[in-house]
Amino acid sequence: MLLRHTPTEVSERRSLTINPAKTCQPIGAMYAALGIRDCLPHSHGSQGCCSYHRSTLTRHYKEPVMASTSSFTEGASVFGGQSNLLQSLETIFSVYKPRVVAVHTTCLSETIGDDIPQIIAKAKEEGKIPDGAFVIHANTPSYVGSHVTGFSTMVKSMVDYFAEPKAPTRAVVADAGAPRLNIIPGWVEPADMREIKRIATAMGIQALVFPDTSGITDAPFSGRAEMFPAGGVSVEALATMGDARATVALGPTASAAAASALELKCDVPHETMELPIGLSATDRFVDALRRRGGVQVPAALEEERGQLLDVMSDMHQYLYQKRVALFGDPDQLVALTEFLMDLDMDPVYIVTGTPTKKFEDRIRHALKDRADRAKFKQGATADMFLLHQWIKNESVDLLIGNTYGKYIARDEDVPFLRLGFPVLDRIGHVYFPTVGYRGALRLLEKMLDLFLDRQDRDAPEESFELVM
Amino acid sequence: MRKVAIYGKGGIGKSTTTQNTVAGLSEQGKKVMVVGCDPKADSTRLLLGGLAQKTVLDTLREEGEDVDLDDVCKPGFRGTLCVESGGPEPGVGCAGRGIITSVNLLEQLGAYQEDKNLDYVFYDVLGDVVCGGFAMPIREGKATEIYIVVSGEMMAMYAANNICKGIVKFAEAGGVRLGGLICNSRKVDNEAEMIGALADELGTQMIHFVPRDNDVQRAEINRKTVIEWKPEAPQADQYRHLARSIDENDMFVIPKPLKVDRLETLLLDYGLAA
Repeated sequence: MLLRHTPTEVSERRSLTINPAKTCQPIGAMYAALGIRDCLPHSHGSQGCCSYHRSTLTRHYKEPVMASTSSFTEGASVFGGQSNLLQSLETIFSVYKPRVVAVHTTCLSETIGDDIPQIIAKAKEEGKIPDGAFVIHANTPSYVGSHVTGFSTMVKSMVDYFAEPKAPTRAVVADAGAPRLNIIPGWVEPADMREIKRIATAMGIQALVFPDTSGITDAPFSGRAEMFPAGGVSVEALATMGDARATVALGPTASAAAASALELKCDVPHETMELPIGLSATDRFVDALRRRGGVQVPAALEEERGQLLDVMSDMHQYLYQKRVALFGDPDQLVALTEFLMDLDMDPVYIVTGTPTKKFEDRIRHALKDRADRAKFKQGATADMFLLHQWIKNESVDLLIGNTYGKYIARDEDVPFLRLGFPVLDRIGHVYFPTVGYRGALRLLEKMLDLFLDRQDRDAPEESFELVM
Repeated sequence: MRKVAIYGKGGIGKSTTTQNTVAGLSEQGKKVMVVGCDPKADSTRLLLGGLAQKTVLDTLREEGEDVDLDDVCKPGFRGTLCVESGGPEPGVGCAGRGIITSVNLLEQLGAYQEDKNLDYVFYDVLGDVVCGGFAMPIREGKATEIYIVVSGEMMAMYAANNICKGIVKFAEAGGVRLGGLICNSRKVDNEAEMIGALADELGTQMIHFVPRDNDVQRAEINRKTVIEWKPEAPQADQYRHLARSIDENDMFVIPKPLKVDRLETLLLDYGLAA
C-alpha cells in the first residue's frame, strides 16, 4: 500500500495540494513548439527547468526532445536575462541552425520581469537572427495556470508571429483546389494529429493543422541522430493561416486563444469545440468540417462510424453503469466524460489541476442528468489525493488518467486505463490515436480488455467463460 | 559589533544622514562599515569623496563568484569601510534579488568577521521595504537595530509606518528591533512634536531632530560629509549628537504600527494646530 497514509475521511483543504493533477506551463509551450518544423524550443531561465521539461517529454515520447536554455546564474537573476538570451540566440543559430527558436519563459525570468519582445528586437538589431529565421516567444510562469496554459499560449504565439493578413490573390489560388481550413488540434498526441489530418483529407479538405508534432515526437528510427526530424508545420504554411475559410479549434482550454487571436488578426471565423474523442464529439467535428468546407462526408468515414456503433451495442452489457474515476486535463476530461455517457457508463469522479472555472459548466453539460450524482472539481485542491479519497469512500470499476494514477490503481485494485499526459510507463499513446471514430474504437477496446480481463481473473471456476 | 539598518521614504535623506552619522561615529573612534543597498550605488559617495566604487554585483558579474573582499570594500573618511551592493539598470532584472545576493556574498567573504574589529555595520537601504530583497538586511538577524529617517510630511510618515509593519514581521523570527525615528526636518509646522507623537504611538522614540541646513547641500557638492567639509559648522554638531545618541541608545522595541486613519488624525491634530 504505497498510499496507505491517504485517509478515507475527506476534510476541507484550502492551502495544501497533494499530488497535483497538473504540471508546469513550459512543458506545454515546449511540446507545442515541437510542432513547428525545424524549431528549437528555448527555455529562458535556469538549467534545471529545461532539464525537467525535456526529460518529462522524453520519457513520455521515448524520443530525444531537443531544447536549449538561457542558463541563468545568480548574476542573470539580478541583472536580467538579456545578455544570456542574446548569447543563446547567437550560439543556437550558429551551431544548431534551426529555422525557428521558440522562447518560453520560466518562473524566474517572469518574476524578475524580463521583456522578451524587447530582447528579440535587440537580437534582430544586432544581427543575431539570420535572415529567414524567426524567434517567437510565450510567457509561461508556472505559478499561473498549468501545462495546458503554456501550450495554449505558445499556439497563440504562432498566430501572433506568423499569421499574415489574408492575401486575396493567394487565397483564390490556395482555394482553387480543395477548400482550406485551419485545424488547431489541441494538446493531443502525434498519432491524433495524423488522424485529424487523415479525416480532413478523406473529406476532401486542405487542412493546415498547427501545431503538428507528427513526424517529430513519433519520428522513425533512421540510424542517424536528427536534431530536427522531418515533421511539423513549416513557417511558410503557418504564414498562410489567414487564407483559410475558417478555423476549427479542438479543445477550448488548449486551442480557443489561438483561434480567436487569428479571427481578430486575419478575420478568419473560428469554431471552438470539444476534442473529437468518442462518438458524439467526433460527429460534431466531422459535421463542422462538412459545413465549413462545404463538402460531403465520404462513405469510408461513415463505415468507421458504423463499426464503432456496432461494437458499442455488441458490448453494451460489459460497459453498462460501470463507475469511472478520471483525472487529467480539462479538454480530454470533458470529451471523455461525454463518450463514457454515450457508452452508458457512469463517470462519477473527475478532477483536473488546471484552474479553469468553465470546466465545471462543461463537465455538467457533458454529464447531463447525472451531473448531480457525480463529483467533479478543478484547481489547486482538485488533486489526486482528493480523487483517491473519493475512491476509498466508494470504489470505482475503472480509473482513467496519466501514469501517476498507477499508485491509486494498485492500492485500490482498480483497472487502470493510461491516458493523458504524461504516460511514462507504456507505449502506444504515441502511435495509436484516441480521436476520431478509430480512436474511439481503440479506447473502447482498451476499456473492454480491462473489464473482461478483470472478469476472467475474478470468475469462480464454475462460471469461467470461454465466450464473452 | 552593532548592526544597524537605515530605512525611510525615497529621497528623505537616508544616505546623507547615514554617512554624516557614520562620520560622527568614526570621529569618536569607532570602526564602521557602510553597506549601500541601493542599485544606484550612491550610499558611500560622501565618505569616499566620489563614486569611485566598484559594486559587489558588478564584480560578481564580471569576475564570477570568486570575488575578493578588497575589490569591493574601499576605505573612506577616517578609515570607514565602504561597500556598495549595486544592482541592475532601471527597468531590468531584480534589484531585490541583488541585495540578497550581495549581502550573502559579503557574509561568505567574511566582511564582518571578528578580525575586522568592527564596532558598527550600517546598511543603507533603498526606500521602502517593497519586496523580500529589500528586507534582506533585517532578515535572519543580519541587522539587529533599525532607524527610520522620517519628516513631518504625510508620505514620509506613511512610509515609516509601513516599514514598521515590515519590522514586526521579522522581529519575532530574526530578533530585529526598532531603535528610533530620525527626523530629518523639512520645516513642516510642528514637525518635532508631530514626529515625537508618532514615535510615541509606535512605541519608540525620536532619537534626534536634525534641522534643515544648507551646509548639508554645500558639503554634498564638495563630495564630503558636513563633518569633514566644515567640522566647526553647527550642522556637524547635530550629526555628532545623533551619532552619540545612537551609540548610547538602549531603547530597542518591536514597533506597533498605526492604522491609517490614526495616522491621518495625527497629521490633522498637529498640522492644523499650527
